[in-house]
Amino acid sequence: MSNTPRSVGLVSAQTAVFESPLALECGTVLPSYQLQFETYGTLNAAKSNAVLICHALSGHHHVAGRYSEADKNPGWWDNMIGPGKPIDTDRFFVIGVNNLGGCHGSTGPSTIDPATGKPWGSAFPVVTVNDWVKSQARLADRLGIDCFAAIVGGSLGGMQALQWSIDYPERVRNALVIASAPKLSAQNIAFNDVARQAILTDPEFFGGDFYAHGAIPRRGLRLARMLGHITYLSDDGMGAKFGRMLKSGEYQYGFDVEFEIESYLRYQGDKFSDSFDANTYLLMTKALDYFDPAKPFAGDLVKAVSGTLANFMVVSFDSDWRFSPSRSREIVDALVAAGKRVQYAEIASGHGHDAFLMRDHPYHDLMHAFLNRVHKEVNR
Amino acid sequence: MSLRADLKVIADWITPKSRVLDLGCGDGTLMAHLMRDKRVSGYGVEIDVDNVVKCVAAGVQVIQGDLEAGLADFDDASFDHVILSQTLQAMRNSEEILIELLRVGAEGIVTFPNFGYWENRLQILQGRMPVSETIPYQWYNTPNIHWCMLGDFEALCAKNGIAIRERVVMNNDERVSFLPNLRGSLAVYRVGRD
Repeated sequence: MSNTPRSVGLVSAQTAVFESPLALECGTVLPSYQLQFETYGTLNAAKSNAVLICHALSGHHHVAGRYSEADKNPGWWDNMIGPGKPIDTDRFFVIGVNNLGGCHGSTGPSTIDPATGKPWGSAFPVVTVNDWVKSQARLADRLGIDCFAAIVGGSLGGMQALQWSIDYPERVRNALVIASAPKLSAQNIAFNDVARQAILTDPEFFGGDFYAHGAIPRRGLRLARMLGHITYLSDDGMGAKFGRMLKSGEYQYGFDVEFEIESYLRYQGDKFSDSFDANTYLLMTKALDYFDPAKPFAGDLVKAVSGTLANFMVVSFDSDWRFSPSRSREIVDALVAAGKRVQYAEIASGHGHDAFLMRDHPYHDLMHAFLNRVHKEVNR
Repeated sequence: MSLRADLKVIADWITPKSRVLDLGCGDGTLMAHLMRDKRVSGYGVEIDVDNVVKCVAAGVQVIQGDLEAGLADFDDASFDHVILSQTLQAMRNSEEILIELLRVGAEGIVTFPNFGYWENRLQILQGRMPVSETIPYQWYNTPNIHWCMLGDFEALCAKNGIAIRERVVMNNDERVSFLPNLRGSLAVYRVGRD
């Protein structure tokens, strides 16, 4: 069996530059682009043990390990990925990738457009989940990976795993779709638009070309993140952590920070606005809104998944109201109706949508069990 | 791995390479056996997440769900066999699930502890609710809410136009054919549409 869980240790990012044009769903052709990625573990001789990790809204390629001994923050899914962990890097060759349009090294609005010598800004095209999958497939080609042992993602990452299995059925053996949905609801889109409006109406946004003005639409990003954060947690989880706790113990009858939850959200918002790009936030939320793999099949999700060949693991969390278990069930039901191989678990957790990032029992047991089988399958 | 005797009876009724739905599949023992020995495909449905993890470890296609919510997620006639093993008596709407069983499947296999078993009757005569190998609970913590005997189940089937194709009554892993309602602690039925 697997050994004691450890960190993958010190890691560094790589860049893959693609000079061949990429035709995007919106009609624009990106003449060239680069993807930032990290890998852990070793690709086996048969190149059959690769696992792709797709990131969510504000994620990136740094999924495990640390950049230096002094680095306090490991990759965002460090509890899941590493030797002895569910996605065991002693067994799998794990790839984390920053999506196109991102702000962590892949070509995006904040990077320099070689045609103008200036940041892309508002000129960067709208990218979709389909585009990401296509660009990631090229990265897989580059790495010599014909077929992934598994493609794994939570939330928007789960949507990419699902789209991969539809677009490239023969390249995905297993798809893990966690805390996700087959498309956004009106309420989901509404939340995204409030977040976007916060950014778009920030006076420092300058129509998306704030780089040229030496400005950052910090207030907008901060509000967007605060709103998002509320939807990622559950009422119970927030209540258990903060309740109505006051910073000073007394009401101040003013509009400064009084409640602990206000302080927490503002801190999260500030931290985020210092590290994330406003245009990327707009793009990622639009990609969420547009995601609808059933659209080319007249809205029929069963038809959309009928060509998939992957073995699916769908996971939801009972306190997740952003993408509730019933949304995951829509994916499961479509796969069942199409007669596909699918396993589904609804995990009890107080962590809301963010639960997919936590180390809850039996969530990690489930991931272990599933990936043990993937490992056996790879070595058969 | 040796199968529980009632599961062996069930397994014998399953057509090789058929599509099977195992409702309340537990840790997936039966499905794993059927997948291996009978090359069946299909799903297990299970409410308990720890059992779901065991199913995943065993490679059983398991879907976590509550049978009380019905089988609306499954299409009409999408399975050859639908198994309801020792679950009927724990369901709020036992009649509905029986009807649903034969909506989604061509054939149903239903097993339940026989309340008419003589030891149960004896314990009641002694003034206590029965506790035995097939019903190992006290009255206050039992998940079982709808007790029945062989005749009760057969009457419910008749009421709904359900044909009983085969019946095996067991006690301590042995088949019981003489006085089954008195001497059998577990009933295993194969049912279909008339």
